[in-house]
Amino acid sequence: MASPDTKRKLYRGVVFGLLFLTWMIFSGLFDAFHLTLGVISCGIITWMSSDLLFEDRTIPLLARLRQGKRLGGYCFWLLWQIVLSNLHLLRLAFSPMSSLQPHIVRYETKLETDFEKYLLANSITLTPGTVTIKIMGNTLYIHAISDIAAKGLDGEMERRIAQIFARENTEATVKATTS
Amino acid sequence: MIVTVISVVFILAGLVFFIGGAVGLIRFPDFYTRTHAAGKGDTLSSLLVILGFSIYQLHDFESFSHDWLTLLVILKLLGISAFILITSPTSTHALMDAGWEDGTKPKIHPDRPNHLNDDCEKF
Repeated sequence: MASPDTKRKLYRGVVFGLLFLTWMIFSGLFDAFHLTLGVISCGIITWMSSDLLFEDRTIPLLARLRQGKRLGGYCFWLLWQIVLSNLHLLRLAFSPMSSLQPHIVRYETKLETDFEKYLLANSITLTPGTVTIKIMGNTLYIHAISDIAAKGLDGEMERRIAQIFARENTEATVKATTS
Repeated sequence: MIVTVISVVFILAGLVFFIGGAVGLIRFPDFYTRTHAAGKGDTLSSLLVILGFSIYQLHDFESFSHDWLTLLVILKLLGISAFILITSPTSTHALMDAGWEDGTKPKIHPDRPNHLNDDCEKF
């Protein structure tokens, strides 16, 4: 295992790499002058605020890579859900208003870190028909526009998010608590 | 030619969802349901429109060594859509939360649950 110090350096390198990749995509100029500018500004940002991006730096980078892969897969699943529920909202917009059944429901979550909760609330809001109004501790208050939209809150989303961030050594326990 | 057709199909599909959002914005009964239509009819539709744009960028793509700069344009467009995916739900949530804090009463049938009011006693 790498020592914590080299791990921190590795994380800094990763942050710098991501920033520099973004720089190259957005500048589109690959002469020495602009690349030097990019190196300087990415270096300053990494030096000042590299600890904003990855909170827990004890996780090995390979595990992060696997998390990133699962996050990508989750995004595709979420896109499909967005398409489905957008169709539902489209039909609602053209049907009589009496078919609307707005209500606000409680939703208890077992997710712990802020980023996981943020991802869950954001995903719930992204699928049309449900909007997270408030988060208090572990309770999310969700405004749902109809019963069909509220049916999407069956915990499938939470299970998938928990799976993304499950730690390798505690994966069994996480599965036991979320299933 | 085929690329142009595909991109037009994507853009038109996006426009259909835009229309749905606009109609919902006018027809829905109260602030909260209208925010649903305004905030989220837009996510998928702008995503589809931007996807159509980025597919259209490929219409005169010849070889990688000659046209790799258009790939950068596509990456930028995809960056925009990723940004929309993050910011749009956040702003919708902020609007709704502000409306609730400001005391906008949601139109909810008495038989249907309003757990937020049960726990916070606003109205």
